[in-house]
Parts: sequence; structure tokens; C-alpha cells
Amino acid sequence: MFESLIGTRSNPVKNIVERGSLKAFSKAIGDESSIYIDEAVGKRSRYGANIAPPTYPRVFDYGEINGFDLPNVGLIHGKQSFHYERPLLVGETVMCSTSLENYYERKGKSGLLGFLILKRYGEEPNGKLIFTEEQVVIITEAVRKGMKS
Amino acid sequence: MKMANDFEVGTQLEITLPPVSRLDLIKYAGASGDFNPIHTIDEEAAKAGLPGIIAHGMWTMGNLSKLFTPYFEEGFLEDYSVAFKGMVFLNDEITLQSSLVSIQNDRYYFDVLAFNQNEETVVKGSATLKRYQ
Repeated sequence: MFESLIGTRSNPVKNIVERGSLKAFSKAIGDESSIYIDEAVGKRSRYGANIAPPTYPRVFDYGEINGFDLPNVGLIHGKQSFHYERPLLVGETVMCSTSLENYYERKGKSGLLGFLILKRYGEEPNGKLIFTEEQVVIITEAVRKGMKS
Repeated sequence: MKMANDFEVGTQLEITLPPVSRLDLIKYAGASGDFNPIHTIDEEAAKAGLPGIIAHGMWTMGNLSKLFTPYFEEGFLEDYSVAFKGMVFLNDEITLQSSLVSIQNDRYYFDVLAFNQNEETVVKGSATLKRYQ
């Protein structure tokens, strides 16, 4: 059902690695390490600033793929991966976009399952890549039927 | 802290988290912006056919990354991938584990794992720590 959207990518959206948001995120994963939180430690570090936890990019806005609409309920997060060229720095601007990499269906025990592969990009304002993220979302038959109707 | 001296193939890092609380998941929903109600509202979890609310997979993956945080002055996680194998429920006691499987030049390759109090795997994957030269 998403076949026609394979290969489409959203327009990049400007995001900022905001100190307050990063602190709340660090707390929420139980990791208030000084490299994330303590300004003096960040300044003294090789980065010259605090950095973000590896899974932090989930808070960014990646824009919308035209014609792509997923329900929030009933999706299964199957896999998740991150690749970094370097860590994200507190205060920096990141241009974020998302693309629908692939969609396919397979027979499962509970009916036909849809597998959606979404890839996300975080780039410097000059276009240099900082990180990519890939997510496999599994859509159950019940949810897919609900979306069609 | 010197990574090269700390680590050899077979080195294991491990943390057991306190039992998962509703507040943990409410905090994660707020901090991440993932407000899927199956993580916070009993009725919505029941409607989705679940025996109770479940933790965000990304909450577990986020927690798991803290095994590596002490080394982020010396290197960074270049790659971090997991598969979500099982659900995490309220009051589950999750153990996070990583083991070093190989070292190649400036890269340290780890397997990562999270399992519950019944030793059922909930998250399984790998992480590559790249050391600065």
C-alpha cells in the first residue's frame, strides 16, 4: 500500500540540539552523564561542548513525506539503527529529513504483515552528513485493513 | 580512563535497572515526544490487545547505550543497531549487557543485549565504538 511512495524523501527541517530537551532526554533514559549535562566537562572535552546521547535524534522533526500517513496506534517497532559520522553537539543546527526506503509484505502467523523501512538523515546546514537512522516498522493486518477503510 | 587498557575481547559490561515504573515511561514519552498511548494508558494498551502498558522500545535502547557513555571522551558510537525481540512490561527488571567481540584497529565491536527477570531477551543488537586516534 506504500509501494508508490518508495524512494520519496521529505524536505529537510531545521532542528537545534537544545540543552533543556537534551537534559530531559538524558534523565528519561537514566543517563545523566557529565559529558551530556555538565557545561564545564563539555567545554574541557575534545568536542568543546556537551554531546547528545546516541538515541537522542528521535526527538527531531524530520518533516513530512507527501501522501504518507501512518496511524500512531498498532504499529510494531521491529528494528532500529543509528550510524554516526561524529556525535551531535549541544547548540548545533541539524537539518533533518526522512525517506521511505522500502515497503514489502510477508505472511506471518497472524496474517499478512507490512514492513516499512524508514531512513532518516541529520546533516549540517552545509549538507555534510552527521548521522543516519533506520527504522523497521511492522504493520499488522488489522491495522492495515483499518487504514484502507 | 584508557579504553585500550580497559577492554579485551570477552570484556562484559552489565547493569540491572530498577523495576520499570509508569513514571519512567511518562518521562520518556515527554522527553522523546512519543506519546503512543500504549506506553502510558492502561485502557489503550488493553484496546491494543496487550496485557498492560509496555515500555517504548526506544526507552530500552536508550538505556542500553549508557554502558558506553563512560568512553565518549575517547571515542563515539559509530554504529548502534538493535532488534526489538520482546515486550517490556511494568515492574520488569531489565538487565543491560554488552560484550566485546572483536577489536580491529580503532574500532571496538560489541554485542548488546537486554533481558528481563525471566531471562527472556527483549533487545538484541550490536554497537561499534570508534576510538579517536
